[in-house]
Amino acid sequence: MIGFDRLITGASNIADDVDAMFFAMVALCGFVLLAVTVTLVLFSVRYRRGSKADRSGDHSRHLGAELTWTIVPGVLFIGIFAWSIGLFAKIQTMPKEATSIHVVAKQWMWKVQHADGRREVNQLHIPVGKPVRLTMTSQDVIHSFFVPAFRIKQDVLPNRYTQMWFKPERTGEFRLYCAEFCGTDHALMRGRIVVMEPAAYALWADAGGTDSLAHQGEALFRQLGCSGCHGPAATVHAPDLAGLYGKPVPLSDGSTVTADARYLRDSILLPSKQVAAGYPDIMPTFQNQIDEEDVIALTAYIQSLDPNPDPDPRQETVDAPR
Amino acid sequence: MPHADSPASFLDTPTGFRSWLLTHDHKRIGILYAIAITAFFFVGGAAAVLIRTELATPQGDVLTADGYNEAFTVHGVVMVWFFLIPSIPSVLGNILLPLMLGARDLAFPRLNLASWYLYALGGIFTIACLIAGGADTGWTFYTPFSTLFSNSNVLLVVVGVFIVGFSSILTGLNFIVTIHRMRAPGMHWFRMPLFAWTMYATSLVMILATPVLSMTLVLIGLERVFGVGIFDPALGGDPLLFQHLFWFYSHPAVYIMVLPAMGVVSEIIPCFVRKRIFGYRFMIYSIMAIAIVGFFVWGHHMFVSGQSMYAGIVFSLLSFVVAIPSAIKVFNWTATLYKGSITFEAPMLYALGFVGLFLLGGLTGLFLAATALDVHLTDTYFVVAHFHYIMVGGAVMAYMGGIHFWWPKVTGRLYPEAWARFAAILMFFGFNFTFLPQFVLGFLGMPRRYHSYDPEFGLLNAFSSGGAAVLATAYLLPLGYLSWSLFYGARSPANPWAATGLEWQTSSPPPTHNFLETPRVDGGPYEYSPSQAEAEAEARA
Ligand code: HEM
Ligand SMILES: [Cu+2]
Repeated sequence: MIGFDRLITGASNIADDVDAMFFAMVALCGFVLLAVTVTLVLFSVRYRRGSKADRSGDHSRHLGAELTWTIVPGVLFIGIFAWSIGLFAKIQTMPKEATSIHVVAKQWMWKVQHADGRREVNQLHIPVGKPVRLTMTSQDVIHSFFVPAFRIKQDVLPNRYTQMWFKPERTGEFRLYCAEFCGTDHALMRGRIVVMEPAAYALWADAGGTDSLAHQGEALFRQLGCSGCHGPAATVHAPDLAGLYGKPVPLSDGSTVTADARYLRDSILLPSKQVAAGYPDIMPTFQNQIDEEDVIALTAYIQSLDPNPDPDPRQETVDAPR
Repeated sequence: MPHADSPASFLDTPTGFRSWLLTHDHKRIGILYAIAITAFFFVGGAAAVLIRTELATPQGDVLTADGYNEAFTVHGVVMVWFFLIPSIPSVLGNILLPLMLGARDLAFPRLNLASWYLYALGGIFTIACLIAGGADTGWTFYTPFSTLFSNSNVLLVVVGVFIVGFSSILTGLNFIVTIHRMRAPGMHWFRMPLFAWTMYATSLVMILATPVLSMTLVLIGLERVFGVGIFDPALGGDPLLFQHLFWFYSHPAVYIMVLPAMGVVSEIIPCFVRKRIFGYRFMIYSIMAIAIVGFFVWGHHMFVSGQSMYAGIVFSLLSFVVAIPSAIKVFNWTATLYKGSITFEAPMLYALGFVGLFLLGGLTGLFLAATALDVHLTDTYFVVAHFHYIMVGGAVMAYMGGIHFWWPKVTGRLYPEAWARFAAILMFFGFNFTFLPQFVLGFLGMPRRYHSYDPEFGLLNAFSSGGAAVLATAYLLPLGYLSWSLFYGARSPANPWAATGLEWQTSSPPPTHNFLETPRVDGGPYEYSPSQAEAEAEARA
């Protein structure tokens, strides 16, 4: 299709590293494959019945040879392993300054929410050269966000947030796939990542003209009646949400949790699961009344209430330590 | 009492349909399995042909989306649970294990028959599902898709797989007891053929891992019918829990498929090289190492699932560890050829094909065990190619080799050698033609389980579909000439390959109780001599 770059071309900060390792492995394994195959063929020819080869001696055991081909692969494997975890750690460690974008997957589309409020479906516009962090969840089954040109993929789970990040290093359009089988139109759950020059991106972002995510959340906050209890003028005994995000929260059962995205999500959808210490368990559940995108907007609003925000993104880390 | 040279064979007495369906003879039960398993192989194969026909072009034009999803589910479910897992143990193991050990039968003949009926019953449920419109979860049944979102007949398939699980467990139990209690006098553990060793290791894996699968399947059933909420996130359940439970069984299950294949190849190679297998004891240690470490690597299927980075690292390391014993085996088979006196009958061609394809399958496994590469490659065609190299290039090649090797023993007939060699070679090339392009497709980023795809992948997919046509033909050939040989093949002598195992010391086909006199064992299992083989060949010339 016109417009898409060839898939093989790497376009993220890690693509070259992954390719280097991939082709090193191809070379190494190709060599082993060749060596063994050639040996097999040579032996087959040389020792075929009737050939004039020396067959004296018992060659059914040789400790030296056996130890060699136990230890040599062992060492080699450890080497590959070390190389790979170094790179894996790089893939998994989020840079603090990454732009945060939310993705909600559902059968069979990708819904994207930018912090400035712009929404798109099956496409994601981003500026080149800036790290992007995706916080993803699914509305139904497990999906998997896969951008071959970036050499990354991450499963997207219902009722959980998973995260991934990347830094696009080339402008262009790149394919986005769902890589975890998710039902009838799994194969059609495709999209495109549009990587733009910063200037072009700024134009694109301005053209949207939508409300910021936090602002949308604020509207929801009032509309859903959250402000009735949590607002400054409320008479109900409910926790104050300003400055809550990222801070430790003591619970009524004596434990403490960090008020991350997942905690807020649970508090909205399953309020009785973790009750903040000192407050009655009276909050109604909003499950089945609002969808994942609303939860994200509300979370963004609560995050924006922080009087002195802590930019450490690890605070947003969700249940799986990544 | 028949004459000692030609005792009545187990095929001839007793006669009648009933005598087969109620038999307690391990060899007859093995044949019952062979018939059922062959039927399933061709059901799974037909689904593969549908899949590859659809994928010959980028558009989804041959099947509907749901039709395609059902096709690959049938293909996967049938090939894994109704073909790969039972094939070598239930057919070759059943027939050969007592013969190789010098025993009259398995320890529990009735239980053995019951296992076959369970297998058949499980098969009926799966076929019923097909008739009732199919299922679309893939053979992996990932939740919450399988429990909450699929409106296909997941329940029937799950019941079918649950039932065959019992068949596996009972077979495993039977083999373990037989190996412990019924070896011929003189056959101590380190005189046991490697095939028997692999049956032992496989049985251990079967009885330890299969219950976990059974439990998981019950949970799926409960969840679908009663909505108990173990995997349902809305009820506080955990979809990843399913993956852990599933792969805790299904990774070791890969070894249930490939260990027996290694056993078969370890019998064939020494026979046609006329040499003792290289490093007999190392082979045993590596069999056991694979079986044990194989239990600790399931998490390598979940590197991008959202499990923690540290879990990923540990599972990656263990996956490299389990690759070492497999590497040892490949080198040992190769070394066995050194200074041998080699001939290239069909079983040997299959065995050599196995070594090459298994090697490539194993090497590409290293890519997937390396977390950083797996992130890109998992759930793409790279994985599809990798597991076909192991399971089809490996396990099916070995099964074919084994069928040919022991065919004269079981049926008392020889097959047309030229056809058999031709089929083996065609299978090897057809296979590579089909699956090599898929590695490239995977690296380019083509996801698996797609029924239509982006046009850049078109050319390589067309190649792959062409290869599949060749491969399918190659699989039909043995069906033809082996059936022919049943009726018209030349009579086989007791030991057509001049092989050394105990199974060759009785007539072909063997009498009902295998041996007229219990054999005694006073040496290792592979007492071949290359120089003697050369001398004999020269004398004959
Ligand atoms: C002519 C030979 C074969 C062809 C062309 C073929 C083709 C395929 C293809 C294209 C898939 C991927 C489906 C997808 O992910 O969209 C697949 C999956 C699979 N194949 Fe085969 N296959 C063949 C033979 C076999 C054999 C002989 C076995 C086992 C004995 C086998 C076992 C499997 C399994 C377990 C899967 C996974 C199913 C899944 O993704 O749910 N295949 N096969
Ligand atoms: Cu999907």
